[in-house]
Amino acid sequence: MNAVLIAIALVTLGAAAVAMTLRNLIHSALLLIASWAGVAAFYLWAGAEFVAFAEVLVYVGAVSMVVLFAVLLTRRSRDDLTVASDSARRAFSGFITGGAVCGVLFGAVIASPMGVMSSPTPTVTVRQIGTQLMGTHAASLLIVGVILTVALLGAIVIASADRKDNSEDTP
Amino acid sequence: MSPLQLCLLFSSALFCIGLIGALARSNTILVLLGIELMLNAANINFIAFWRFSPSPSPATGVLFVIFSIAVAAAEAAVGLALVIAVYRHQKNIRLQEAARLKG
Repeated sequence: MNAVLIAIALVTLGAAAVAMTLRNLIHSALLLIASWAGVAAFYLWAGAEFVAFAEVLVYVGAVSMVVLFAVLLTRRSRDDLTVASDSARRAFSGFITGGAVCGVLFGAVIASPMGVMSSPTPTVTVRQIGTQLMGTHAASLLIVGVILTVALLGAIVIASADRKDNSEDTP
Repeated sequence: MSPLQLCLLFSSALFCIGLIGALARSNTILVLLGIELMLNAANINFIAFWRFSPSPSPATGVLFVIFSIAVAAAEAAVGLALVIAVYRHQKNIRLQEAARLKG
């Protein structure tokens, strides 16, 4: 059981780490899709099937497409898909900060006593989730719906082209 | 080592990869992707604690993660729209050069 988890973790972490170091943005986005699929596999391993399919739909399906569109819309020329290499000082300080946070978190996790609890796997059916969403958590569901609507409308307003500015910009 | 600790180590490592990416890269899209990785690491923590600890109601962790994914999707959409807006003004999406508030 642990071997499967370690395999999933290695694939996910490897894909994420390589994606964060590549200079080609398209390759980074594709590797991050692999990483998100690994996270979905972790959810399947943990027994949360509904969350795994939501992760596949939202991240592997939707967010990755939005990212690819953003990469293609913000390149400077047709062949310009690589980004300039970042400054070594910035990379170094980022690495030091991230390494320090990583050390603190690992130390805390390893030092804290978390015994093997023999709790049975909680089983949640989609029917239960639906009942809870519509019953106990109906208010949260409505609020999330409003947040999504407002955020997507805001995204359209921010990203939509301003006609007047465009005609002034183009020579 | 218990499976819960392994899950927590996994999510800590994913969080730190996202943090290093968000701090070290200067491309705005890659910074956003690093933040998405950090959000995913938090969701992994929710699921790990839901799976390995007794909870009063069986669906709590799952519902938490579903709401978290919805908010993360909204954040990604707004963030990438901001990237496109910055690109339209500056013709560039390097973070260091987007230093003006007025377009």
